[in-house]
Amino acid sequence: MIIHHPLLGPRDSAEFVYLGAAALMDRPDPETASADDWHDYAYLRDNPAGPHRELWFHEGGDRSILIVTRDTTTHEITDVALARPAGAQI
Amino acid sequence: MTQTNRLDGGQIDRDATLSFTFDGKTYAGHPGDTLASALLANNVRLMGRSFKYHRPRGPLTAGSEEPNALVELRSGARQEPNTRATTAELFDGLSAKSQNRWPSLAFDAMAINDRLSNFLTAGFYYKTFMWPAAFWEKLYEPIIRKAAGLGSLSMQADPDAYDKGFRHCDLLIIGAGPAGLSAALTAARAGKHVILADEDFRMGGRLNAETFAIADMAAADWAAQIIAELCTMPNVRLMPRTTVIGAFDHGIYGAVERISDHLAIPPAGKPRQILWRVNAQQCLLCAGATERPIAFENNDRPGIMLAASMRAYANRWATTPARRVAIFTNNDDGHRTAQDLHAKGVKIAAVIDTRPDAQRSHDYEVLQGAQVKDTKGRLGLTFVEVAQADGSSRTVECGALGVSGGWNPNVHLTCHQRGRPTWDDGLAAFVPGGTLPPGMTVAGAANGALSTHGALQSGRDAARKALGLKGRAPAVPKAEDAPVNQSPFWYVQGCSRAWLDQQNDVTVKDVKLSHQEGFRSVEHLKRYTTLGMATDQGKTSNMGGLAIMAELAGKSIHEVGTTIFRPPYTPMAIGALAGRMRGKEFHPTRLTPSHFWAKERGAVFVEVGNWLRAQWFPLPGETHWRQSVDREVTATRASVGVCDCTTLGKIDVQGSDAATFLNKIYCNGFAKLAVGKTRYGLMLREDGIAMDDGTAGRLAEDQFVVTTTTANAAKVYQHMEFVRQCLMPDADVQLISTTEAWAQYAVAGPNSRRLLQKIVDADHDISNEGFPFMGCANITVCGGLRARLFRISFSGELAFEIAVPSRYGDALMRRLMVEGEEFDVTPYGTEALGVMRIEKGHAAGNELNGTTTALNLGMGRMVSKAKDSIGSKLSERPGLNQADALMQVGLRPINADHKVTAGGHLMNATGPVDAAHDQGYVTSAAYSPALGCMIGLGFLKDGGNRLRERLRLVSPVTDLTVEVVVVSAHFIDPEGERVRA
Repeated sequence: MIIHHPLLGPRDSAEFVYLGAAALMDRPDPETASADDWHDYAYLRDNPAGPHRELWFHEGGDRSILIVTRDTTTHEITDVALARPAGAQI
Repeated sequence: MTQTNRLDGGQIDRDATLSFTFDGKTYAGHPGDTLASALLANNVRLMGRSFKYHRPRGPLTAGSEEPNALVELRSGARQEPNTRATTAELFDGLSAKSQNRWPSLAFDAMAINDRLSNFLTAGFYYKTFMWPAAFWEKLYEPIIRKAAGLGSLSMQADPDAYDKGFRHCDLLIIGAGPAGLSAALTAARAGKHVILADEDFRMGGRLNAETFAIADMAAADWAAQIIAELCTMPNVRLMPRTTVIGAFDHGIYGAVERISDHLAIPPAGKPRQILWRVNAQQCLLCAGATERPIAFENNDRPGIMLAASMRAYANRWATTPARRVAIFTNNDDGHRTAQDLHAKGVKIAAVIDTRPDAQRSHDYEVLQGAQVKDTKGRLGLTFVEVAQADGSSRTVECGALGVSGGWNPNVHLTCHQRGRPTWDDGLAAFVPGGTLPPGMTVAGAANGALSTHGALQSGRDAARKALGLKGRAPAVPKAEDAPVNQSPFWYVQGCSRAWLDQQNDVTVKDVKLSHQEGFRSVEHLKRYTTLGMATDQGKTSNMGGLAIMAELAGKSIHEVGTTIFRPPYTPMAIGALAGRMRGKEFHPTRLTPSHFWAKERGAVFVEVGNWLRAQWFPLPGETHWRQSVDREVTATRASVGVCDCTTLGKIDVQGSDAATFLNKIYCNGFAKLAVGKTRYGLMLREDGIAMDDGTAGRLAEDQFVVTTTTANAAKVYQHMEFVRQCLMPDADVQLISTTEAWAQYAVAGPNSRRLLQKIVDADHDISNEGFPFMGCANITVCGGLRARLFRISFSGELAFEIAVPSRYGDALMRRLMVEGEEFDVTPYGTEALGVMRIEKGHAAGNELNGTTTALNLGMGRMVSKAKDSIGSKLSERPGLNQADALMQVGLRPINADHKVTAGGHLMNATGPVDAAHDQGYVTSAAYSPALGCMIGLGFLKDGGNRLRERLRLVSPVTDLTVEVVVVSAHFIDPEGERVRA
């Protein structure tokens, strides 16, 4: 696969490490979350046949974590964004 | 040495003669020959035995779709089974052996299977070897394994190298036949970057096999002229001998280039093959078409081949399988073969055409409305029995029969992303379907344009469209443009032992039986009968099977559909997939800066992840590793030892929010850590399980140095980046891995300070007062070399870790050895390190094993309630905090001579020994020189309250039962006086 890095352009997926669903970014608020919220966050993942937002870590590159929207049935990538607005950099 | 079946003309170099052997016999051929063409020229039709019935077989085709002529090519370590003689390029000294026969190709004992064919029908194995179940492993499987398999491996390591590489282009063209050449020329003249790949060693595709003209030139000459022009263009890369094996995501194509397979051995420094990863903006599939056979009784004898292949042998390779041949066809293409062979002086015994209105010829007899009923000839064709239109029978004498049932477009690569081909009624064949891999276009015969003119035009147009070229299209040269008249004709009525799949010995009868037994899906048919499996993947056989299945089910072929096409397009060497990653190069080997020093000292190394670490340093006279390890431990505890700990992960954390960040990733607090201090930190996963541990030293208000375990260095860094970028995107914190930047050594033992004082520059006070336990500082050593010093201890002794820039690591180690002579300094390896940390009760990878919590590790109170950290919430789950939770304990044998083994389980002193009564398990064990016996660390239910209790340590696997007593995990210096000395 080719992932279009917002800062670095098209990069081969071999440069990346897959880190799981982008839902991992929505960590429950420790002040208010219930036990169920924590359970769902730690253990439950959607497994869609279709668009899936997921995290790809550019380990062999600039170390940015990207939020990639990939169709799991065709591998078509429709959107790529930086998880942190500035990427790995300051 | 006489090539009795060699004809005139052809694209072979008659000025040079190549000598080769087949089954030990020597023959001659010419450059340009394949093994199959050279054997046919030498009047050898019999080249192999079939898989199941061991029927004598010759080549069916002249290309990569070949099911029959599979040989073991080369000898020794380079022996390669199941190589297609039809694509193996001849070289001087080539040696090949036939397969699947014993004792010889002409007389094969296993041919008895052919007589037993009534029993060996579809599903024979499934039906026969069902029961008794106990027979399977001991009896059935060994018998089947012995009989099964095609060809044999050399059982030696592959001596050749394989490479991998990347290529990029605007347009990848797959196949260099008329469509591919036309497309390449169009794209190249427009200035686009073009890669033209073809599996053949001679580009041109069918043009090399035909006699008709293009632009008033012989087709092969026209092809050669175009290729010569393309060769001169810097924007074109021609890749002959290159098979595009698959169409992958986002315009990536896999291509295997055979660099040296046409040579006896690869030239020095050259790989045998290269697997290319081609990134193509656009791809044009011009893979051509494969002729399909017609099934009739005994249609598999050597000498029976596809008519267009017979024509290719005559025109390109100047050879014929026999001097007297017949043709069996249902279309005009078969007549073309008859005309070409006749022109070359081969006697055409008859053209048997299924059509009552077939064209007649002045040159040979055409039997209109006739069909081949049966054939004769044990090791090669001698006669065919023809059923004539009037119902009479006729015997035709011939040594070869060309069969033509029409053409199937090569749609394989269009289906690699789950696309399905569609049935074209006009063509009576599958053509590329609606959903192609993105960026792919299909042209030429692969897209159903079966005439030469059609292919040239479609190649040009497809290239223009794919590249968005504007303006007037260049004219295509004048070429053959015969109308295509294909109609379905799959098998001769009434036949039974008529082969559909010659490689797997699947007959018309097998497909009918499979239908009778209820296998109605094409995928089931494939698995039950093995139709379309093995090295040729049914390139010549699938259509016939599908057609018969459709007929029996009363469906159209379109409704029946095809099985799924998957990469690779043709078989490839596993070596090409591995590339350079074999043996020791499977993963990189990382060496520490002191590696060569350690090697000089005779160290024994151990692999830790990718690293090589010194395990122990044997001295002369030491014959057992325990002698070395015990000595290293004792010497360190008595005076001073040095251990390379460069491999620990080091992560530099900087920024005004660095402390806040560490507070998040470690379960214990870091916000209040003073500058110049180091703290042990435990990292949890979000589910509350311990992930990794290490230390973090605060070198400045906004700078920490975090260490991780060797094994988890990459994983922890990933985790930290996730927390930083995904959970704390606004924090001012930066990370960088500096593992390779610093060489780091543990200097441990009561004399460690005295040793270090000899190299640390005088302006740095490292006395106990000036640099107390858990201190850290930027210092200089050896007269100004920058270094980092940490007063931390894994061994339980007074100890330091000193880090210098990697390039000084070797020098520092040597300096420590010299300066330490007066203290009898001892280098120690990972074994001694392990012994000392077990004696001290420090957890390591064995304890942080992915199932244990801070509580289990005896660090439950470290999990701060005053702040939120990763894993802190879920570590509070009741399930992880039960009253009898496992707790880390120390274990000593009652009898000092007894062994303690890691992995053993703990049971109460009395009572049953079974899983239901399990009390815990041992994670680490070592012989402790300090205590004079083996000791262990382990997890025990409610271990904190069971000190001095006697237990049994059992290991049913090794039949071990040892009485042990529960003790503190801190076997030595439980008060920690030494580390603070």
